[in-house]
Amino acid sequence: MQARRTGSPRGRTIVQQIRRCAVLATALGLTSCGPSVLDPQGYVGVADRQILLDSLGIMLVIIVPVIIATAGVAWWFRASNTRARYMPDFVYSGSIELVVWSIPLMTILLLGGVAWVGSHELDPAAPLPSKTPPLDVQVVSLDWKWLFIYPKQGVASVNRLVIPVGTPVHFVLTSASVMNVFFVPQLGSMIYTMNRMADRLNLIADHPGTYYGESAMISGDGFATMHFDVDAVPTDQFTAWVTTAKSNGPSLDTQTYGALMKQSMSVQPFTYRTVEPDLFLKIVTQAVPPGPGPENAQTPGDAGKALRN
Amino acid sequence: MLGKLSWSAIPFDQPIPLAAGALVLIVILAVLAWILVKGYMPYLWREWITSVDHKRIGVMYCLLGLVMLIRGFIDAIMMRSQQALAFRAPGYLPPDHFDQIFSAHGTLMIFFVAMPFVIGLMNFAMPLQLGARDVAFPTLNSVSFWLTATGALLINISLVVGEFSRTGWLAYPPLSELTYSPDVGVDYYLWSVQISGIGTLLTGVNLVTTVLKIHAPGMTYMRMPIFCWTTLASNLLIVAAFPVLTATYAMLLLDRYLGFHFFTNTAGGNMMMFMNLIWMWGHPEVYILILPAFGIYSEVVSTFSRKPLFGYRSMVMATMAICIISFMVWLHHFFTMGAGANVNAIFGIASMIIAVPTGVKIFNWLFTMYGGRVVFAVPMMWAIAFMITFTIGGMTGVLLAVPPADFLVHNSLFLVAHFHNVIIGGVLFGVFAGYTYWFPKAFGFRLHEGWGRAAFWFWVIGFYVAWMPGYVLGLEGMTRRLQHYDVAAWHPWLVIAAFGTVIILLGIISQIVQLFVSIKLREELRDVTGDPWNGRSLEWSTASPPPPFNFGVLPNVEGEEPYWGVKQRAIERGELRPEPEYSEIELPRNSPTGFICAFFATFAGFALIWHIWWLVILSCIGAFITFVIFAWRDRSEYIIPVEEVARLDRANRTARAAWLAANVQAAE
Repeated sequence: MQARRTGSPRGRTIVQQIRRCAVLATALGLTSCGPSVLDPQGYVGVADRQILLDSLGIMLVIIVPVIIATAGVAWWFRASNTRARYMPDFVYSGSIELVVWSIPLMTILLLGGVAWVGSHELDPAAPLPSKTPPLDVQVVSLDWKWLFIYPKQGVASVNRLVIPVGTPVHFVLTSASVMNVFFVPQLGSMIYTMNRMADRLNLIADHPGTYYGESAMISGDGFATMHFDVDAVPTDQFTAWVTTAKSNGPSLDTQTYGALMKQSMSVQPFTYRTVEPDLFLKIVTQAVPPGPGPENAQTPGDAGKALRN
Repeated sequence: MLGKLSWSAIPFDQPIPLAAGALVLIVILAVLAWILVKGYMPYLWREWITSVDHKRIGVMYCLLGLVMLIRGFIDAIMMRSQQALAFRAPGYLPPDHFDQIFSAHGTLMIFFVAMPFVIGLMNFAMPLQLGARDVAFPTLNSVSFWLTATGALLINISLVVGEFSRTGWLAYPPLSELTYSPDVGVDYYLWSVQISGIGTLLTGVNLVTTVLKIHAPGMTYMRMPIFCWTTLASNLLIVAAFPVLTATYAMLLLDRYLGFHFFTNTAGGNMMMFMNLIWMWGHPEVYILILPAFGIYSEVVSTFSRKPLFGYRSMVMATMAICIISFMVWLHHFFTMGAGANVNAIFGIASMIIAVPTGVKIFNWLFTMYGGRVVFAVPMMWAIAFMITFTIGGMTGVLLAVPPADFLVHNSLFLVAHFHNVIIGGVLFGVFAGYTYWFPKAFGFRLHEGWGRAAFWFWVIGFYVAWMPGYVLGLEGMTRRLQHYDVAAWHPWLVIAAFGTVIILLGIISQIVQLFVSIKLREELRDVTGDPWNGRSLEWSTASPPPPFNFGVLPNVEGEEPYWGVKQRAIERGELRPEPEYSEIELPRNSPTGFICAFFATFAGFALIWHIWWLVILSCIGAFITFVIFAWRDRSEYIIPVEEVARLDRANRTARAAWLAANVQAAE
């Protein structure tokens, strides 16, 4: 197995990791482990996966026999098979009609139930069942990086999300410019970020580890670089990280946000010491104008290079 | 004078598009030169370019689809190879080029491959099946085709002059707004789709009218072949959905050209309105494509099982149910946009309900084969491969309709694998089945069987190798449209997928070879009687290729499967029906209106893209004058004398009588 940059839970032994991957590898024929949604590390991811697998199971019960029957019937009734009975008048049968309408209908009734219950239980906006009070994180997708604001802690982080393990995280998300999708495959549900709108999403990491995060909606030239690490760490380490963040880095206000908003890609993660209160609200209400887009129409990527250097 | 157009629009610094463009240009010039030298131009002009015959137009649609399939497939190879190479590396395509390629691939494959193919087959076969002489509005049909060709041409011009859209095949704002995409790429996309969209809407009006109004005597609705029903459903969807597309893109164009704010970030624009509108067209669109394919499978499965279609009424009901429900499910394309649980659940369940009539269809095809004598001719092989492949694609589709499952795989390679599964395994396999099935009807000789089988196996195996890894990748968390990536787990699957594309390439090469080999061996493959497959519906009752007027005398339909009944009675009696009384036939005259309109539309589109306003005005005046001249025409029809009708029909009767004699002899 190749060394992995992502998705490796730090809190586990190597043996456990190998075992986990071996199970997955046999299940799916995988060669190595990535940020798989079938290997969730939090309540939402586990529940989403359960629904995915349940629905898959319900349908496989119908699909597999249909596929076998198709191949079997076509082969048995081949023109050269003299043992097969030719029934050119077999063109209607009320009871068969009843069955062929009922089978998909009943499957859908069952699945519809799963969808109804699942949609309500796993509504991204619904708070998670946990005694620990949630951590608030405000997410802003920019061209082409992610800004994570911790309003209570008064710090912010670019391209790296640090969260305490076992604490529900309540995300409020928006975009500085074009649409993006905030997605951490191993933690579960994804959601769109849109300018002038605030979406809500609740996730939790149940195991410590570094998880792969990405944007799941084309947002321009730097789109492929819009991935980030999610570090789920024990609470004391999270507190320590906040303390370090508070004493380092620039401060985030309307002016520095304006600089950050310009197009750039592959920005190394860094943190902001302070955050202007209500900055997120200003972004959503367009008190801060939306991202400017390419500075020079001919070379959209160049603005980013300038900022990075 | 030339608006935004200048020499800098030509990418002299980018070798790939420049070389590709030069190659295309050389090929086009070579073909043109060959046509001129050989003196084929007058023939082409008279018999094809100005033709208003639905069969000729159908063939031209399919040819357009085939050429664009090759162009779109080159994009596919580039994407697959880029992603196979771009693991912790930049690959060979920079992001701005890669983004153009996936946008062009999607746009081409849906608007200029799948649509022309299915419209071409509907155009060709449906009037023949109904026992009609032509579609309701023959000249309009020609206009539709040439406007579609204009759209395809504009997209291909963007290869060399300027650039194409980098915003995906549906150009979501605000990325597609002027602020974030200031170049002409999105304009190329929008005007191509707008112009061809008008053509498609006109086709919809035309074919709906044809199915509803133009039948042979006795061809009641419940006697129509299923393909006519699916054509009706598909075109009803076109009539209802394409205006939505046109209106939505008109709004985006107003944003981009005149500073409106329908979908912008600022001044009250709302991008979510765009999503709703575009998918209100987009979801019916997939049924516009798949319904005619369902019709083709119904014809093919029945013909090659030597049985009537099982549960005809059920099939009609299922078709019309799909037609209606397909308008009520659009929101499942963006469950992850933060709509409430009730909204998501309702649209999820509505989407699943579509699986019910679709499942019924699969069962009915299965029972059509049951008790039949299944002949594994190439069209039937496509149909069986479809039934198996589409079942898998349908299952993953229903999976995506469960909102919490969609929360994990929305916009991932799982989704991309799903829609390739249903579009390749459903629409494209159907088109290939129909192409093989009706080819002898169109040209008078069958396609070569061996090369057809080779193409079949390469395509089917290639499809599975290329797209099953997509499902794994989606579950592994890979999102679509990544120009490069760092996750090691994805790399092997992307290499496998790229390999699958190479297998599909062999399939396409086999199809091209098949075409040439078949033309070369056409005398061996000749379809003398006009009924090469022992067919059941009316198109097989006339000669191959059919005369311009389709039927010497309009057939009198006495039941379902009219031609099968006629044939059985002839075999029983040992002779053909007595010769009918011929009369002269009136047919619409050829007209260059469609071609000239499209000529002006091409200039208008190009000028709009580059803001060359004087040319826009000039082209619009030109198109209007063309219309006026057409509207003021004196003679719109010509007469085929009765002797000519009799001569052509008698020739076919002689061939059929010979076949009948041989058949009766064999039976004794």
